[in-house]
Order: sequence, then structure tokens, then C-alpha cells
Amino acid sequence: MPDQVLEVFRYLPDSEAESRFDKYEVTYRDNWVVLDALNHIKEHLDPTLSFRWSCRMGVCGSCGMMVNGEPALTCETFVRDYDTETIKIEPLTHFPVVRDLVINMDDFMEKLPTVSPWLIRDQDDDPGEGEYRQTPAQVAHYKRFSMCINCMLCYSACPVYGLDATFIGPAALALAERYNLDSRDEGHADRADVVTAHEGIWECTYVGACTEVCPKDVDPAGAIQMLKLSYALDWAKGFVMPKGAES
Amino acid sequence: MNTFEHDVLIIGGGGAGLRAAIQVARDHPASSVAVVSKVYPMRSHTVSAEGGAAAVISESDSLDDHAYDTISGSDWLADQDAVEVLVENAPKEMLQLEHWGCPWSREPDGRVAVRPFGGMKLERTWFAADKTGFHLLHTLFQTSLRYDTITRYDEWFVTGLIVSEGRCQGVTAIEVRTGKMRSIGARSVILCTGGGGRVYPFTTNGNIKTGDGMALAYRAGVPLKDMEFVQYHPTGLPGTGILITEAARGEGGILVNNEGRRYLADYDLGQPLDINDPAHPQKRTMELGPRDRLSQAFIHERTAGRTFEGPDGDYVQLDIRHLGERTIDRKIPMVRELAVRYVGIDPVSEPIPVRTVVHYMMGGIDTDTSGATSLPGLFAAGECACVSVNGANRLGSNSLTEILVFGARAADSAAEYAENVAPPEVKLLGDSAAAEQARLEQTLLRPDGGGETVNGIRTAMRETLEEGVGIFRDRTRLERTCTVIADLKRRYDKLALVDTSQTFNTELIAALELGAMLDVAEAIAHSALARTESRGSHQRTDHPERDNDIFLKHSLAYQGESTPHIAYKDVTITRWPPGERVYGSA
Amino acid sequence: MTKELHRPLPRSWWLRKATYFQFMIRELTSLAVLAYTGLMIWALLSSSSDAADFPEFFDFLTGPLSVWLHMIVLALALFHTGTWIALTPKVLVLWRDDERVEPDVIAGANATLFLVISGAVWWLVMG
Repeated sequence: MPDQVLEVFRYLPDSEAESRFDKYEVTYRDNWVVLDALNHIKEHLDPTLSFRWSCRMGVCGSCGMMVNGEPALTCETFVRDYDTETIKIEPLTHFPVVRDLVINMDDFMEKLPTVSPWLIRDQDDDPGEGEYRQTPAQVAHYKRFSMCINCMLCYSACPVYGLDATFIGPAALALAERYNLDSRDEGHADRADVVTAHEGIWECTYVGACTEVCPKDVDPAGAIQMLKLSYALDWAKGFVMPKGAES
Repeated sequence: MNTFEHDVLIIGGGGAGLRAAIQVARDHPASSVAVVSKVYPMRSHTVSAEGGAAAVISESDSLDDHAYDTISGSDWLADQDAVEVLVENAPKEMLQLEHWGCPWSREPDGRVAVRPFGGMKLERTWFAADKTGFHLLHTLFQTSLRYDTITRYDEWFVTGLIVSEGRCQGVTAIEVRTGKMRSIGARSVILCTGGGGRVYPFTTNGNIKTGDGMALAYRAGVPLKDMEFVQYHPTGLPGTGILITEAARGEGGILVNNEGRRYLADYDLGQPLDINDPAHPQKRTMELGPRDRLSQAFIHERTAGRTFEGPDGDYVQLDIRHLGERTIDRKIPMVRELAVRYVGIDPVSEPIPVRTVVHYMMGGIDTDTSGATSLPGLFAAGECACVSVNGANRLGSNSLTEILVFGARAADSAAEYAENVAPPEVKLLGDSAAAEQARLEQTLLRPDGGGETVNGIRTAMRETLEEGVGIFRDRTRLERTCTVIADLKRRYDKLALVDTSQTFNTELIAALELGAMLDVAEAIAHSALARTESRGSHQRTDHPERDNDIFLKHSLAYQGESTPHIAYKDVTITRWPPGERVYGSA
Repeated sequence: MTKELHRPLPRSWWLRKATYFQFMIRELTSLAVLAYTGLMIWALLSSSSDAADFPEFFDFLTGPLSVWLHMIVLALALFHTGTWIALTPKVLVLWRDDERVEPDVIAGANATLFLVISGAVWWLVMG
């Protein structure tokens, strides 16, 4: 089994004012993901290393970290795919660090509800009357944007968010579009204020890094550009036919 | 401020917990409701469920059929009144989820689609591709955000129940980010903390499945019911234990041994149809048999030398090539993604290596059909509870249904109970937090190390569980496991942590989880030792027959001074007298 | 509560990744396009007035420096156009039942449209 050195970011605010890097040498198996290496460190070398993880199969979104400078889901990233002598592991950028590899994601948790990420209808039908009909094609229209696991890699990749943390951000906006495109939803107008606010879609300059790093192929950049088009059309319609514009 | 207070306090933010929270917020808007979770709710293990949730929907299906499948699947240990509640409420729960936006997969005409699942006579498993749990959880979480009356305590780890005047009045919890011990007072508490698969070494379960809530109830004198019934899922990936959903078999996937034979034909599960036969897969037959029988078959095949040998242990093959790329990408796309990523196999062109893996606990906190436990003020729902709807073996896709039905019911019960009791005294809350903090400082957080490590004790626990309380058990090995666990508990008492810091101390959390797991392990092992029969997923090589005369009863494990005390209570039989479990014919 | 660590983005953030660098170049090309548009408007206005210095301006426009400038601006404008065409599938999502029309098809159609219109304009102006 080969050896690999991991250089891991440490921040222990209870005892140290500054962050540092600790080096760990790990003998790894060919099928190990980076998370396996971190767990090996915690179990056998250093129980004080703190990081979040749970499902280890890429659905819970807990284990996002910077690996060699790129945001990655460490349970889906294989040690064997890195040929650098040292693999550098750091907490996700653009978030404050609580400790070691654990970031503070309060900002995202506060922003998420503001885009009204739930089904909005003028009249909620009684479920007893049966399901709202939705064809496979209609499901497909929003399906991709519903696959977000809230792993925050997109926020780490987005330079706009890095420069201005008031930006609502890729994942939250993609979720707004998921609901806007859902044929059962009637909340397009309700989401307008938040989505088209200064901190919303118009702060996005389409760098596209969010879509690049997304481990679930959600394409948040695409969602935001679609939102720009749809709300711009709304605005234009508002000029041409003010009364009937909102749909 | 170190204390907080609510009318209904829900521990756990997964499917059951969030469903309960929405139920209180929507139907009991005057009640103050909160969810405490050791992880952000989107990380709850509900997220990894794949195959689907069962509810009767087609014209040709009936509630009685769903009930009978569940009861026979449970080897008659399920309480039939509870099963009737489950199947009756299932359709409306699924429709409610749909109305909340859940992206159920659909038929061409826009109706919800259903697929076949193990042990079910007819298609009744609602699904969202093969990420049903993910979509269910996110739908619930996002819907819960509409109700700003729901307070959330994210990344707070509950260390104990506050019990006073004979009722549960809240919890003590560590705010993980700061390490501070807090009390949250409540007129009622609902445990929705999930199962405890991580007591075993090889499991589909995520890191957080450590049976915390089961231990909390156990330590408060509430019995854990039917703990010996641990479900091994037949198809996990070797090495990681990552789940490959039963839906792969529901869509027509087959299991073959190293002779290329669909070996389940030798295990009283009917005869295989040709994979190209339009009637394949036949319900309640072969690969769509119940999980306990399929997992037992794997062990027999292994003993007979008919499994493949691999670097991560023995396996058999799950072949879905004949489904074709289009079906695979539409109905079970995550199966393909997982196989490609974690074992380097594209199931479109190669069979997937799979093996049995610990997946689910049928047992849990003893509750009635309203979600109430024997401790007034304490309720439970979901995998951490045992109502019992699953008895000795759970059918796939009944669990996602269970968490919704009983999450909602427990919420109603808890909210009603809360209306009739006084809130906890502030002094009680303050004293509880202080006492709990002192306890930790005298044990895990004390400066002198005892030489034990979390990982050392944990690894030993897992080894002995797999050795003595696996798929096939016998008295000798069970007794040995009970002894080992007792020894591990003594070692645990000597454990002192390396990391005594306050900010986000994950060694502390892991140690507390280990304490819970040892309690859960003890309940499992002793319950298994006491049940001298074979039923469902509890198979004793020294008592291979089912014994309805003595053991048509639930086991109740009560925490004792040194070992648990096992008692029994009758199974509720309503309309389905015990019979033989017959698979292989429609 | 203990201090959280903040790691501000360095000024050189756009040099860290190819995606960021390409983004900056793309944004800069829009400046070039803007500048050239300004020049064209000025030229148009100048040519229609009785300005005395127009012949000088015209000489400059046909001189070697100007030709180089035009070639550079053309390259930047084409790059800019390319990035716009690549963006179109992100906003123009078309469906064939439950399958999405391939993004390359959308981008290809737009590229073709661009070439056809450019060809038509060329023919009008030159032909």
C-alpha cells in the first residue's frame, strides 16, 4: 500500500490564536477517498482533528473541503487521483473557520429561507383529492436544480461571494429556480423581490466556477442565467402590459 | 443564557423529526415547537434512502394486501393494529409530500408511478428515481422553512433527558460550536434520532447513526423493544458498505453466485422466470423476496463456497445489464453512479459485486401507536422507535412511510399532552445543565488519561457484534459478546479524552456516541441471547425453528445495574392469525 | 465565544484558477468592444459634419497603427462573441419531451446564425 502525506489546516481557537498546518503520513488503500485518510488520522494519529462527515456516499453534503486548493467533496474524491507529494486539505474558502476543517455556514442557512424554497400555490388543494398531475417531461424541467445537496462547494468557488458575502449565492438561487420551474408552483412573482434584489441574480457576473465544482451536476450558473432571463422578461412585460404582466 | 423552553421538543431533524415539526407548526400553531439535531437537518440519514416509500395507490391494490405483506414479512411479530395504522395513513402522507413539492417519478399521464419491491404482492412503492430519501428529506426541510414558529438548534448534541416528577421535562444538550452545556425545557419530547447501525463494522449507515435516542430512553428506564432484530440488506457494495437499492431488483435485477446461478431458487423463494419474460420480476418471488431470507441465503452460499472472493470479502453479483442503459439512467441512475465511482464497475456492461450489510434496526424505543413511551411526556417515532410495524423483518420501502405516518402521529400526541402539563421549572433546567456538565468533567473531560481510546473501544465493540450477533447466532457466541460488551463498558468508564477543548470538539461527540452505542449493543446482544427461537432476521443455529407458543412476543430490554433485564409482552394480533411465510407464488 | 478565523480573498484571486483568469479576460474584452463602439460612433459623427480635421482622422484610420488596433479589437470581439454564444444554451433550454436538447446544438445554432448575419452584413457593406 502506498504512502501519502497530508498537510492539514488546523485552527484551535481555544489554545492558539493563529492557524497552522499539520503534516500526517498515511498509508492508504487504492480505493480510499480523502475522507478515509482523514478518518484514519483521527482514529489512529490525532483524535483532536475536527471535520464534518456522515453518509460517505455523496448525498448528505457534510464533507466539503479544499483539497489542493479546489473545493471538493472528500467522500467522492480519491487519494489515488492526486499525484502531488503532499495533499493539502483546508476548510472551504469564503466561510469563517470555527475550528480545523469546520466552517461556519450560518450565512447560507439564513439565506436559504429568503428565496421561499417551497411550493407556493394560491390555493392548496386537499391531498385527499389526489396528486397534482405532472408529466415526466414536466419533472425533467426542474429535476436537475432539485439535486443540490447543500454542500457549499459552489459558494467556495464563487469569487463574487468571496468578495461580497451579501450575495445570495448559487445554491440558494438554483433552488429558487427549481421551484419556479416546477409546474405545480405558482410563486414566480412571490420570489421576485428577493431574487432580483441587488444581492440576488444581478450580482452574478457568470464566472461559472460554481457549476464547475458542483459534485451533483446541478449547474447553478445555468439556473441563475435562466432566472435573469425570466425576471428580465417579466420586467419588460411590465412595461408593455402592466396589468397582465405578472404570471 | 443556558436554558430554553418549548411545548414540543423534537430530537432529530430527519424525516420523522421534520414531519413531526411541520405537524405541530401547522396543526397546533399555538404550540411552541423546536427541533434539536446534532447535524444540520439536510445531513440526516434519511437523505441516503434510495428505493422508495410504500403506499397503496392502484385500483387493484388494497390496504389489507399491504397489511398482510407487512405482517407476513415481519414473521408475525408486527403489532397488527400498528400495521393497520401504517397502511391506512400511508397514501395520504405520500400525497401530502407530493403537495409539498416532492418530485415523485411519474407515469406518462402525470400520475405518480409505483414500482415493485421485496415482499410486496403488488407495486406500491412510490419513488423519486433512486434518491427517494434525498428528495423526501429536502422537501420536508424546505417546507419546514415556511413555518417560522419552528425553532431549530442545529449542531446541538443531546446528552440526557431531564426527568422529574415522573415525566420527561426536557433535555440537556451540548451546543457543539461552543462546547457549552445547555438545558432545553419542554412539556413534551419526541425522539426521532434514527437507528444505530454504526454499532456494527460494516453498515450502509452514515457516521451519525449511533442510536443516541435509544440510549437516552433506555437510561431513563424506558425499555428497548425487539432489539435483537437487526436487518442485513442483501446488496451493499464491498469495502464501503454503500447501499445498492432494492429497487435495482424491483426493476428486474438478478442475483447470481460464482456458478452464474440465480441461487435464490434453492431457498424456497419460488422459481425464477426468464429475465426476458414480461412477467419478470415476479412479486414476492426470488430476488423480490424479503430481506432476511435473501441475506440468509448469501451466508449459506458463502459457506458452500459459491460466492466470489474479493479484496473486501466475499460477494455475489447483482446483474442489471438486461435492464438497458435507458431504464437504468431513468429509474436507478444513482445505482450506476455509485457502482462506477466506488467499485469501478459500469452496471450497464458488468454485474455489480454486492454482499450483505447491516442496514436497519427493526427494534427500538417501545411506543404505542400514538408514539407514546412508558415515560409520560416522552414520545418516539421513526427508526429509533419500535411501534412495532416491522416486527422481525422490515419490508423495503415501509420505513420511509413509517417515519412520516408516525412522525405526524407522535407530533399530535405530544402537542396534546403538552397542553395539559405545566412547563418545567427554571431551577430544574439550570440544575440539570450544571449537573450534566459536572458529570462530563469528572469522566470524559478529566485531565488524567486512562489509556483507553474512543477508537479502541469502538473497534472492539464492532468486532464482537459482527462475530456474535450477525445473521446467524448461537448461544456460545452470544454469551461471549455479552461478556465482551460488559467489559467494554467498564473500559469506557475509564475513558478520558485527548481533546478537552470546547470549540467543536468532535472527539467528545464521538465518545458520547460510543456510550450510546454500547448501551444499544448491550440491548441487542442480551435480547438475542434471551430469544431461543428463530424468527425473521434473528436466526439461532441452536434454535432453528420459530416458536409461536413461547415467542409470539416482543422482547423488552430494560437497563439494569450491570446487565439488562429482558421481559416480554404480547404481540397484538387483530385480523391475521400467525401463518407460514410463503414466498414464490403470487 | 471563541474567535472564528476569517480568510479574506487576496487581490490576486483571479490568477489562482484558469476559470477566474478567463473570466477576467472576458470582462476586459467587453471594454475593448465598448471602446471600439465609441470610436465608430465618433467616426460616424465626424464624417457627417463639416469638421476640418476629418481628413486627418481618416488618414489615421487607414494607417498601419489603426489596422493593428482593428485586428486586435476584432480578435477580442470574436472571443467575446464566442463566450456569449457559449452562454446561450444556459438560458435557452429547449426540451424534446423529457430530454433536453443538447447544449452544443443550441450553441451551434447560434454560432451559425451569427455567421449568417455577419455574412449578410458583409455582403451589404462590401457588395
